[in-house]
Amino acid sequence: MNIDLNIAAALPEMILATMACLILLIDAFYGNRYRQLTCWTSIATLLLVALLAASDISTQSDVAFGGMYFDDPLGNLLKAAIFLSTAVVFLYSREYLEQRDIQSGEFYVLGLFGALGMSIMASAGNFLTIYLGLELLALSLYALVAFNRKSDRSTEAAMKYFVLGAIASGILLYGLSILYGLTGTLDITGVSTALANSEVNNQAITLALVFIVVSLAFKLGAVPFHMWLPDVYQGSPTATTLYLGSAPKLAAFAMIMRLLVGGLENFHSSWQEMLVILAILSMGAGNLIAIAQTNIKRMLAYSTISHMGFFLLGILSATETGYSASLFYVMVYSVMALGTFGMILLFSRRGFEAEELSDFKGLGQHHPWYAFLMLLLMFSMAGVPPTVGFYAKLSVIRSVLQVELVWVAVVAVLFAVVGAFYYLRVIKLVYFDHAEGEALIVESPVANKVMLSINVLALIVVLPWMGEIISFCTEVITSLAG
Amino acid sequence: MQNLVLATPLVCLLAALVAGFFGRAIGRVNTHRVAIAGVAVSFLLSLLVYIDVMGGSSFNGTVYTWATSGGASFQVGFLIDELSATMMAVVTFVSLMVHIYTIGYMAEDSGYQRFFSYISLFTFAMLMLVMSNNFVQLFFGWEAVGVISYLLIGFWYKRESAIFANLKAFLVNRVGDFGFLLGIAGVLHLFGTLDYAPVFASAPDKAGLLISGWHQWEWLTVICLLLFVGAMGKSAQVPLHVWLPDSMEGPTPISALIHAATMVTAGIFMVARMSPLFEFSETALTVVLVIGAITAFAMGLVGIVQNDIKRVVAYSTLSQLGYMTVALGASAYASGIFHLGTHAFFKALLFLGAGSVIIAMHHEQDMRKMGGLRRYMPITYITMVLGSLALAGIPPFAGFFSKDAIIAAVHNSTLAGSGFAYVAVSLAVFITAIYSFRLLFMTFHGETRMDDSVRSHLKESPWVVTLPLVILAVMSVISGALFMGPMLFGNYFGDAILVLPQHDVLAKLYQDLHHATGIDLRWGMFTHAIQTPTFWLAVAGVITAWYLYLYRPELPEKIKSRFEWAYTILDNKYGFDQFNQRVFAGGARNLGGWLWRVSDMRVIDGFVINGTAQTIGWLSGVVRNIQSGFVYHYAFAMIIGLVVLMTLFVF
Repeated sequence: MNIDLNIAAALPEMILATMACLILLIDAFYGNRYRQLTCWTSIATLLLVALLAASDISTQSDVAFGGMYFDDPLGNLLKAAIFLSTAVVFLYSREYLEQRDIQSGEFYVLGLFGALGMSIMASAGNFLTIYLGLELLALSLYALVAFNRKSDRSTEAAMKYFVLGAIASGILLYGLSILYGLTGTLDITGVSTALANSEVNNQAITLALVFIVVSLAFKLGAVPFHMWLPDVYQGSPTATTLYLGSAPKLAAFAMIMRLLVGGLENFHSSWQEMLVILAILSMGAGNLIAIAQTNIKRMLAYSTISHMGFFLLGILSATETGYSASLFYVMVYSVMALGTFGMILLFSRRGFEAEELSDFKGLGQHHPWYAFLMLLLMFSMAGVPPTVGFYAKLSVIRSVLQVELVWVAVVAVLFAVVGAFYYLRVIKLVYFDHAEGEALIVESPVANKVMLSINVLALIVVLPWMGEIISFCTEVITSLAG
Repeated sequence: MQNLVLATPLVCLLAALVAGFFGRAIGRVNTHRVAIAGVAVSFLLSLLVYIDVMGGSSFNGTVYTWATSGGASFQVGFLIDELSATMMAVVTFVSLMVHIYTIGYMAEDSGYQRFFSYISLFTFAMLMLVMSNNFVQLFFGWEAVGVISYLLIGFWYKRESAIFANLKAFLVNRVGDFGFLLGIAGVLHLFGTLDYAPVFASAPDKAGLLISGWHQWEWLTVICLLLFVGAMGKSAQVPLHVWLPDSMEGPTPISALIHAATMVTAGIFMVARMSPLFEFSETALTVVLVIGAITAFAMGLVGIVQNDIKRVVAYSTLSQLGYMTVALGASAYASGIFHLGTHAFFKALLFLGAGSVIIAMHHEQDMRKMGGLRRYMPITYITMVLGSLALAGIPPFAGFFSKDAIIAAVHNSTLAGSGFAYVAVSLAVFITAIYSFRLLFMTFHGETRMDDSVRSHLKESPWVVTLPLVILAVMSVISGALFMGPMLFGNYFGDAILVLPQHDVLAKLYQDLHHATGIDLRWGMFTHAIQTPTFWLAVAGVITAWYLYLYRPELPEKIKSRFEWAYTILDNKYGFDQFNQRVFAGGARNLGGWLWRVSDMRVIDGFVINGTAQTIGWLSGVVRNIQSGFVYHYAFAMIIGLVVLMTLFVF
């Protein structure tokens, strides 16, 4: 076998890996003297690799490391998005960590390793590569969730996440091993061709599919594999929740594209039905339970679950329009998640976590600008035009309609209406209620405020370019490698 | 040319945004500087475009595509040809005059900056409307001018009557817009596109196509009638005219700009633009003709009994819009647009003149309390005289050429109903002369009837008010003779307007005039006029007005008491308002009240809304309990999920 290394294709990952190790050392030696150094070098590194990945988006698809690694527009786009959103996470978290006397150096290093894991997932051309990336991400996340060692909740959440994550990993590996047994290869392209050519046992394939889909559902937090998600979102330090809620969704999308679409698209009729069940359960349970929440982080956790249900709609239609709709959805979602958790971080300060819904009462009177940003966020989350959230929902629902799953579309719209309730309730609290006790105070540095404003306004100012963005997503999907 | 075309509306938008958002910060003087500079630049650009287009070039292109959905694309695009270039020049010119005038008229108003922001925004919207190359943008402009009109009628939002008037205008226009929107939908359905060029190109193929399942209804007829319903709302044709007289609640510059010179002519412009569709439906043309004739005659008659100076001008606007509509119905689109242009000048002049009087009278609008003002306000008086002469259609003023052309065109028309239309518009000439000179005589001549306190303060308005008057007066005098030849008979509009040979009434008029004189069309027009009743009717109208309101001022009262019933009908404006108020407004409110009590409170709120909400709330409380917090419960749920999926799909 002629192995073509083609190392240059993995340049961003290599830079990131090297820099992560370097920053670990820097932090160990200089972290106490220059408190900001670790953060800014991490952000700079991320921006650099994001730029590298972005500059590579429109190039031809390519493989490296003998097929273990894809260098295609989809991977590069997702990587750029992952790195950028991680950079934004770091920026938002800086003040939060500082105020809580948390050893912040490791936070950034773990975050960088997580980003590395995600970018490996985005470019994986082999089941093992995917697993490698996944585990690198997961291990970083376990540590990040437990980051606030002094908090019982944080530790408990990490424990649960670790145990359940291990089960999910096992399930994934089991599914992959069945595939290996059937096809004799772990290459995505290899599996795909092997399944297309030879007579394979359909039942065995479906068995493998079930295991793979379950593990993916766990990663996404789709019902009924979502149980970890609310506890982890609520228990983690908000900085970690922010990290957890944004970039890993992009990576999960990459993983789905590689596994289900790249490797198993011939069997889409089987996974389509499974995803229909998962999507509807997620939209239903997510939206319903979110209504009963009083903690905003927990409410957003359930909101995430319902969003993942919507996100699955695009995938399950198993068309290029559907995949690009999901790509668009997940990108919009990560921008919204960054904005919302960024908002919570903005109002948190030493000894006060702005994480109860009632904390946001009367925001409109004291901070009209942030109240307006909150309004935009909630409108976008609920899918109210003219925010991009509307277009995201519109495009996934349209893709379902195109494959004539009308009843799924109807159910989705109904649950979107149910979901609108708790988003609008936030707006009601912000604008129509009076603050209980003292008003919220913003202590964040200017950079955070500016970034948050840009972050949220992006949800509406891109409107004139909506057509271009959606057709760009379609282009990226059509040039998928493998 | 694209940049030029793009910049023309955008400077207005920019000025509107600056005036609107930063008006308070930059102060009153800077606000009007910005707004006037914006419109002035826009006017100059329009002139450049106009010269360019008259030189033979044209532009049709898409600037920006907003969305594509189901085969129809929504885009911003411009079609710049002779028609739109003419409209651009007229709109920006009148707008510029009104901007300057506003400095004087609104000087003491606290909403000064807001006002400038609105009128700049209006100019932007109106330009987008006339420059559009597709139906979507046309509709955008159409609605945008409607909204701004709404805002401006209710500009003094603390006045009860202003709020009533703007609501009324908005609702009546909704009726028209609904028809318009249906018409656009019909175009999309029939032609599969919303761009003008392909629609117009394939219109001849679709002529005579019947709507399947309907009895003898032609597609084009239905579409044209629906589009015309839109025009009826915007251009205030009977029976959707009721909002326009009430719109006089807005400040006078607005009455001049929006409710006389530009926005209300949007319907006329639209029908002229759609001439390639209307030409293929004689039914639609007949309807247009008859509606226009009724409006021209009936609304003019109401103008005679009005005492509010602005309302007289308002009814005169209705009547003149009727003339333009008649021209469209008779396929004399060119003369309709020609009258639109001359009317814009003299009607803006009359409104601004009335405004000047109102300033001098300290916002008194009742003509019965005026009189003899010519001694105090010479400039306003002279310009108003010129405007009235133009409106009455006395040669050689602008209105004479444009209006006589319409009447002659109707005379030549062979459509059903053209005989009726001819009689109506001819009689309307007489009426026009009466009410316009009645206004002049009651306001400027005779004895002074105001209080001494008001009289002692009477003075001519400042130059910012009189300058636009003078400029507009010059245009009212010369624009008719200047543009008549090329606009009516030349190849002025090129391909912008389509007239089928069998409908070409203007060509016939040209032959008549050419035969009469041989060379000069203006002179021909004059000799033609004195051989027909119209000219004499106008002169008779002026004399009647003089006799009734100057020579024997006690006579109108006698006539009024003698013909009490006729006066009551006119004073009630034929009862349209009462009818709408009782049947539509009252009926809708009763129906709404009933629906609210029965279906809303009981069925929807009681059962559907609260019922669902309670169910969902209960459900969410129950489902929430599944989240126990124990990790083995979670793992168990995962395994169950796995097993269920396996049973469903594998076995």
